[in-house]
Amino acid sequence: MAYSEELIQSLKEKGQLLRRDCIKCIGVGVAGHVGGSCSSADLVAALYFHKMKVDPKNPDWEERDYFLLSKGHVAILQYAALAEKGFFPLEDLPRCKEIGFYLQGHPHLGIPGIEAGTGSLGQGLSLGSGIALGLKLDKKPNRVYVLVGDGETDEGQIWEAAMSSSAKKLGNLCAIIDNNGLQATGAIKDRLPNEPIADKWRAFGWNVIEVDGHNMEEILTALDDAELYTDRPTAIVAHTVKGKGISFAENQAGYHNRALTQEEYDLAMEELA
Amino acid sequence: MAETNQRTVYGQTLVELCHKNKDIVVLDADLGASTMGKMVESDPEISEQHIEMGIAEANMISTAGGLARAGKIPFCSSFAVFAGGRAFDQIRQSIAIGKLNVKICGSSAGCSDFGDGATHQSVDDIAYMRVIPNMNVFVPADANETEAVVRYMAENEGPMYIRVNRNPYDNVTPEGAKFVPGEPVVLKEGTDVAVFACGVMVTKALEAAKALEGKISVKVVNVPSIKPLNRESVVKIANSVKGVVTAEEHSVIGGLGGAIAEALRLEKKPIEFVGVQDRFGASAHNYNDILEYLGLTTDSIIKAVEEISSKA
Repeated sequence: MAYSEELIQSLKEKGQLLRRDCIKCIGVGVAGHVGGSCSSADLVAALYFHKMKVDPKNPDWEERDYFLLSKGHVAILQYAALAEKGFFPLEDLPRCKEIGFYLQGHPHLGIPGIEAGTGSLGQGLSLGSGIALGLKLDKKPNRVYVLVGDGETDEGQIWEAAMSSSAKKLGNLCAIIDNNGLQATGAIKDRLPNEPIADKWRAFGWNVIEVDGHNMEEILTALDDAELYTDRPTAIVAHTVKGKGISFAENQAGYHNRALTQEEYDLAMEELA
Repeated sequence: MAETNQRTVYGQTLVELCHKNKDIVVLDADLGASTMGKMVESDPEISEQHIEMGIAEANMISTAGGLARAGKIPFCSSFAVFAGGRAFDQIRQSIAIGKLNVKICGSSAGCSDFGDGATHQSVDDIAYMRVIPNMNVFVPADANETEAVVRYMAENEGPMYIRVNRNPYDNVTPEGAKFVPGEPVVLKEGTDVAVFACGVMVTKALEAAKALEGKISVKVVNVPSIKPLNRESVVKIANSVKGVVTAEEHSVIGGLGGAIAEALRLEKKPIEFVGVQDRFGASAHNYNDILEYLGLTTDSIIKAVEEISSKA
């Protein structure tokens, strides 16, 4: 399917907007998940600003699609998308992690638009699988999207969920793997290597689509193609760059969760403009 | 005679509830023949409400969380050591933090799976379920009470854990009695020592009270709701006697004994615990053998009551 230049351009801009929101929220001198937020930003932009049916005025709308952030540590990215959509005020973003405030450091049920509490890696796909199974039992057409970190696929439960979701023929479930190759302390290949990641999902009975996770046209095509497979779930393996858009943070595991200096902050905001 | 096996009643009650409410789903991890989830699976009218999740308990629990988000009322059953122990993090993270409407059945709990030995005997599940915020923990005394608890679980919102015995024994609570969460139930009046007991140990507490008749007046208190537990009720009962004994088929650390001691922390009442003494179970040829091996007997309760009575 062809997408208009206008749509592609506007979604790219949304991706950059979400990155700027994240950096603004992280600010100076306090650790925040810079790297993984920037690698996932285009994927999240494509979902919230184009693909998914959601209603900010009615977060529990029965016809909505579901998005679960299994890599819950980049909560700020999802909060930014929800705030930009109007689920809650943009001014609330910088107050994330404030004591007693509703925006916690990881997605928490009760926040408008959050579908599941995540943070203990490996559980979000099972939760999404359960929602998809419930929708299927009720013969509802809603779709479920789960964003999974590539490092997170070292968790055994991901593969339990992968087996289970294909066994239950959950065509309404789409996992998106943010494949940036890095985790908190370095390269995945030097820790518990997970490659060949696409082959693994295929072997578990999933429809697999590989994309450049920063190429909006490829992302949109994959999200649309996923719907053609009604008898099995789809895994979109999105090849991404950790810290995408911020020169000094790109492909640097050190910026997984780190405080920015004023100089770094200014440069990041300039580059993301 | 009424059914006397808790897991049979668990299955029968779920079958009845599934017929009435199509949103109830029953999940098993390849142990449906033991948990009695198979009763749902083998009823053609409701077989779609049984979901076989395979040997993957962690995924079963988180999937149940998703099902709850989609409006279902999932009952997840496995042996207690797996349903609660293996999936502890999933219960904590996927279910309890978000107060999801997921029901977990720790089946073949305590030492009731006598033959399989330490790996299959839960001496710690009450403790690790009780400590999770938002989690409710229920330990029915018998089959009759199991039915009441399962009905309550299906009809009320929130994460709940029920501990179910594998083996049949005579009912000690009346059929059809209403289950009230938080409330201990006095089964036999007495004025010297109160024995707070749960599960199979309620039966043994009643036997101990009978054996001590004429010597020590024992009040027998069934505690099917370990959490919530109404502190005022526990204090009131404790203050009607001179001393307290707790009895459970579980470690003396963190279970019923712990909960009662917490409730009585300001009361200056002597307390003695009957339970598993910080050890694992072992294989046995029958249920009684393992209960005796671990000191979970009528005699242990009698001794504890005598000791408390002499101190009070």
